[in-house]
Amino acid sequence: MSTVPSLTRATLAKDLRLEWRSKDAINSMLFFSLLVVVIFSFSFDPTAEESRRIAGGLVWVAFLFAAVVALNQTWAREMRNQVLDAYRVSPAPPNALFLAKVVGNFIFVTVLQALMTPLFIVFYNLRALGPAYQLPMVAALGTWALVVNGTFFAAMSLRTRSREIMLPLLLFPISIPALLAMVEATGAILTGEFSAKFWIVLLAAYDLVFTIASLFLFGFVLQAE
Amino acid sequence: MPPASNQPVAPTVVVTGLVKQFGRFAALRGVSAEFASGHLYTILGDNGAGKTTLLRALAGLTPPTRGRISMLGTTNLRSVCGQLGYMAHPSLLYDEMSGMENLGYFARLYDVSNKDQRCAEVIGAVKLDPSLTRPVGQYSQGMRQRMSLARALLNDPKILLLDEPFSNVDLRSAREMVSLLTGLRDAGKTIFVVTHQASLLEGAADEFVWMETGQIVSRTSDLATRLETL
Repeated sequence: MSTVPSLTRATLAKDLRLEWRSKDAINSMLFFSLLVVVIFSFSFDPTAEESRRIAGGLVWVAFLFAAVVALNQTWAREMRNQVLDAYRVSPAPPNALFLAKVVGNFIFVTVLQALMTPLFIVFYNLRALGPAYQLPMVAALGTWALVVNGTFFAAMSLRTRSREIMLPLLLFPISIPALLAMVEATGAILTGEFSAKFWIVLLAAYDLVFTIASLFLFGFVLQAE
Repeated sequence: MPPASNQPVAPTVVVTGLVKQFGRFAALRGVSAEFASGHLYTILGDNGAGKTTLLRALAGLTPPTRGRISMLGTTNLRSVCGQLGYMAHPSLLYDEMSGMENLGYFARLYDVSNKDQRCAEVIGAVKLDPSLTRPVGQYSQGMRQRMSLARALLNDPKILLLDEPFSNVDLRSAREMVSLLTGLRDAGKTIFVVTHQASLLEGAADEFVWMETGQIVSRTSDLATRLETL
């Protein structure tokens, strides 16, 4: 009997294969983030100290907008040829599909972050004055917060007429607490002026609550017409 | 020729008072029918008659507004979905992957044992080459239809729901598909085929089910009988 982990792995492998061949999501995300970095660096021309203060917001807003591109792609792929119906008629559990999509999007956004972070450092002259080891933790928790909600709401807006607009409308308001935590935690680490621990704990709690809620509700979303 | 069906057979699919409304439009208006196992049913009717909606309801994809569907003795369609094979008008395949890759993935969803062997077997059954590495997106429409049928057969289902399986398929391939379906019917499977090419199934189908404005208006074993009344 196939279990949720094994079906998640199979669906994730399929998604990574499709992305490797089409490069739809990663190309659009990279292009979008690159534009944000370059345009903002020309617009603000900040000093190193100012950069440290605004970088948290800048980086996460860029990743949030870029993630929306990937999130739309992830379900658009399932709608082509109505392949999602093939999953819906199969005995495979909905959670395996949801988890695979979340992990897949997490990987795509993490790859984007790995490619874009050096550019952010160069363009904004960034250097962490606080505990830099906390940055990967903030990045991982923040990215998970974005993709878990994003994947869920992208699935919800799948059958709406203007899903590209619907997704940000649903996702951004509910992501405000997570976004605030990401920005504050990143700012705290970069400036070293205060501790990021509270914001990291808040992010972890947010991730836990929304992961459980999404897993619980995704079956209804998948079977909805 | 269809097998003699003079002995009573327990119905595999029972539909009772099925209504499906999309907003104010009723796609199904109180469909009630029983379908026996080991039979091939051809569902016919004009566009908008409710054929596809009925098939999607049987597949569990479209929850009915009212009414009941019992399949293989249960109304919990989710519990028997592993015994259904569904082929829709779109291919339900990933364009960027080859036929074997597509079927390999779906075989995992159905927990098919010896999946590579089974995938090759069903691809061969629809007269395609399992070693074809080109992505399904580059297939002709007819090849895609046949691969789609192979996907529906993958889990060796007891009930097959096929929506327009012969559209864009050349006559020779369509006849081969009919012959394959007849073999499956003779092996005890219940098959529903929604089609506009009824003549292809003449002599193969056990029953022609005619739908009009969301209702079953007649069921005949002979296509000509009904055509004469139209």
